[in-house]
Amino acid sequence: MSQISRRKLITGGLITAAVGVTGLAAADRIARRYGLIPPDSGGIYGPGETLTYAAQRLITTHSLAREFPRSMISKNPFANEVDKPNDEFKRHQASNFTDWRLAVDGMVANPVSLSLSDIKAMPYRSQITEVVCEEGWSYVAEWIGTPLHEVLHTAEVLPQARYIVYHSIQPEWWESIDMADALHPQTFLTWGMNDGDLPYGFGGPLRMRVPRQLGYKSVKYIVHLTATDSLKSFGKGLGSASPEAGYAWYAGI
Amino acid sequence: MPVVVSPVKTQTPRHAGFVRVTHWLTVVAFVALLITGGEIVISHPRFYWGETGNVNMSPLFTIPIPSSRDTVPTGYKYVMPDQNGWSRYLHFQAAWLLVFTGAVYLIAGFATSHFRKNLVPIHGERSLGAHWRRIAQYLRRSPPGSDEVRSYNVLQRTSYLTVIFILFPLVIWTGLALSPGFNAAFPFFVNVLGGRQSARTLHFFVSGALLLFLVVHIVMVAVSGFWTRTRPMIVGRAVSSEEEP
Repeated sequence: MSQISRRKLITGGLITAAVGVTGLAAADRIARRYGLIPPDSGGIYGPGETLTYAAQRLITTHSLAREFPRSMISKNPFANEVDKPNDEFKRHQASNFTDWRLAVDGMVANPVSLSLSDIKAMPYRSQITEVVCEEGWSYVAEWIGTPLHEVLHTAEVLPQARYIVYHSIQPEWWESIDMADALHPQTFLTWGMNDGDLPYGFGGPLRMRVPRQLGYKSVKYIVHLTATDSLKSFGKGLGSASPEAGYAWYAGI
Repeated sequence: MPVVVSPVKTQTPRHAGFVRVTHWLTVVAFVALLITGGEIVISHPRFYWGETGNVNMSPLFTIPIPSSRDTVPTGYKYVMPDQNGWSRYLHFQAAWLLVFTGAVYLIAGFATSHFRKNLVPIHGERSLGAHWRRIAQYLRRSPPGSDEVRSYNVLQRTSYLTVIFILFPLVIWTGLALSPGFNAAFPFFVNVLGGRQSARTLHFFVSGALLLFLVVHIVMVAVSGFWTRTRPMIVGRAVSSEEEP
């Protein structure tokens, strides 16, 4: 290798590196602006997680989860194990959930507290979709519920809101989704399953169903929604309970 | 630092630079995928066919190991520790590395006619008979001809082409078909496989085929001289007797 080509190589390498760094910085700014960076993008698995989330957001924002014919509804769906109901839940169970409340607050013009009958009085839909667990198993069921966007519309969610944080009555279970999923037509606050009430084991009386993501985003026993433009102030700031337990915030894969 | 211009460097390397770099990046990605993939299987070591499958359904087959979930009936009283969180993070990060590495390799491979020159079996050897003859030569343990010092034999060529153009694309496809987000955008990719659980089972078997290749590959490299075969894949040059101290 001659001196000339070596000099060229070093210069070329430096230019490439400079362009690369500038390019990455620009890509990062654009990605943040268009909401392509997940809240758990720090750490050693951040690059892969960011690529997955950004790629899926660019490709899948408007796509619908697969729906199935009635004949494919699982005869014997598997209710994943849940913690024993806490005392608060047992009181609701004893009163047939008449006092169950869903509080909607945060970046909304009209904070509301809705009963189950309030929610059921809203326009509702049904969908036959698959619950997919990160462990590998799955089942198909009919889910009947109020699309989340109906509830957000009632609470007059502000345009600055970028995420919806949702909490279970079991305080350790809380999750969040971006507005692409929150306003998605198949994201339901589910209260019925296979033509009946939603059973306890499957998240009754009220379960968030996010069929384009894995089952752990479909949190059971929902009591609280918060609209926000930043996830920094929730928990450890990683977006939800999952990353705090080592699992990815975005579960579309 | 003085620039040493050695005559050896002017020779065409045994393996091109892009082949060496992408080879070892693929090793890193594949080993990570293999370990984390195995770890994820432990959380549900049962496989099904069709769209759905869970512990309330009869499996196609079960791997007789303990599970990391107490909801899976394995016959063992022991429940393994849950490692799925980091395993899933690393699995997908390694998958991205594999995809980028594969893209660079394919582009460089086509641009330099690497596949046509080095991997497509040469004229006169594009037959089953030629493959059998080379297998027979292995079985007789007769040493390879001098032509194999600087080029691949027909069995290597066919195996490498199979891994590059069939097994890796299949494992990426069946893996993507497990993503609920990807399936929403491209339902064809999972539906044509017969459903989600079929895709999972196929992903497992294709990974098994790649693992089989890895084992045979390492054994063959070891048998034919581990360092004489591995060194050119690192530094590029084949070891010739003049270079030996």
